[in-house]
Amino acid sequence: MIVAEGKPLEEVYALIAEAKKVLVVGCGGCVTVCLAGGEKEVGLLAASLRMKRKLADRPLETVEVTLTRQCDPEYVEQLDRYVTEEIDAIVSLACGVGVQFLAERYPKWVVPALNTKFAGGTLAPGRWEERCGLCGECILHRTGGICPIIRCAKSILNGPCGGSQNGKCEVNKEIDCAWQLIYDRMRLLGRLDDLLTIEPAKDWSKAKDGGLRKVLREEAILA
Amino acid sequence: MTAFEPKIVAFCCYYCAYAAADLAGSMRLAYPPNIRLVEMPCSGKADARVILKAFEEGADGVYVAGCLEGDCHFLKGNLRAKKRVAALKKRLAEIGLEPERLEMFNLSGSMGPRFAEIAREMTERIRALGPSPLNRGRSPAGTAQEG
Repeated sequence: MIVAEGKPLEEVYALIAEAKKVLVVGCGGCVTVCLAGGEKEVGLLAASLRMKRKLADRPLETVEVTLTRQCDPEYVEQLDRYVTEEIDAIVSLACGVGVQFLAERYPKWVVPALNTKFAGGTLAPGRWEERCGLCGECILHRTGGICPIIRCAKSILNGPCGGSQNGKCEVNKEIDCAWQLIYDRMRLLGRLDDLLTIEPAKDWSKAKDGGLRKVLREEAILA
Repeated sequence: MTAFEPKIVAFCCYYCAYAAADLAGSMRLAYPPNIRLVEMPCSGKADARVILKAFEEGADGVYVAGCLEGDCHFLKGNLRAKKRVAALKKRLAEIGLEPERLEMFNLSGSMGPRFAEIAREMTERIRALGPSPLNRGRSPAGTAQEG
């Protein structure tokens, strides 16, 4: 999932300083699961903003809506009836995708209430960790299911490097060396010989450096 | 000018604080009438949104009262409530309210006198802090007129 966390209240408060009525929009997807932008967080943020504004003698009116997802037009358009004339700003508690989808649909001041962090998973309730580098061409089958792109600080494809010390990365002693993990895992699987094959330089044009990426599936296109 | 009488909402676990309040009554213990009790199935059910709502709707103070640590009927509800209250105190500070207006207490169903003591302690604390900044301009507690 996309993991995000809430911006400090003060920051969101400043972003809507001029608004009198705001639409606070949650997302029922990833950010609900990582407890950053679901229905509950929408309620907390809206109430906090209302109270903070009341203390400043500039009352704020809020409308709270949580969509199934903010990254699908069929759900975003459900907002149409809430985006009225008097809505001065839209506060989106989605990842950066949701914020942009709302901004693309409505000619309103749309602001993000979250900082989008990474593509990762839940280790335990309240703890999330990055797992995927979104590089566009998966090589996990070559590395025992452990991603060197994102878990190695250097993203090296033929590791480990000289900074691997006692299984930890030289960047931070609390971070496991991804290549140590890969080595241990391949040994467990009896596939250490696979690591003797040199992984050629990666085609990074398929990663984010190549500009906006698109995926097309002809059979899924309706029109 | 009317003396400030705080309005305090107490979210009380059915298995301890709520029973302790009952016991305090049976024991004819007096405690300040500023406390408004809300019966909860567990202190862990006290939702952060509801606590904020209490402040927004005019409470000068709020507390969550759960079982003694280790004695939760649902095992960990009171420990979760403790963490949530701690997080909400930070949020209150961000909003601009004194975090001391919110507190978590632990007691058992047999602690009627302690219930009364907590009610007095919290009332004194909020009285010292004064009315919630959100209530500026509102009528003193209990004197609001309908319509």
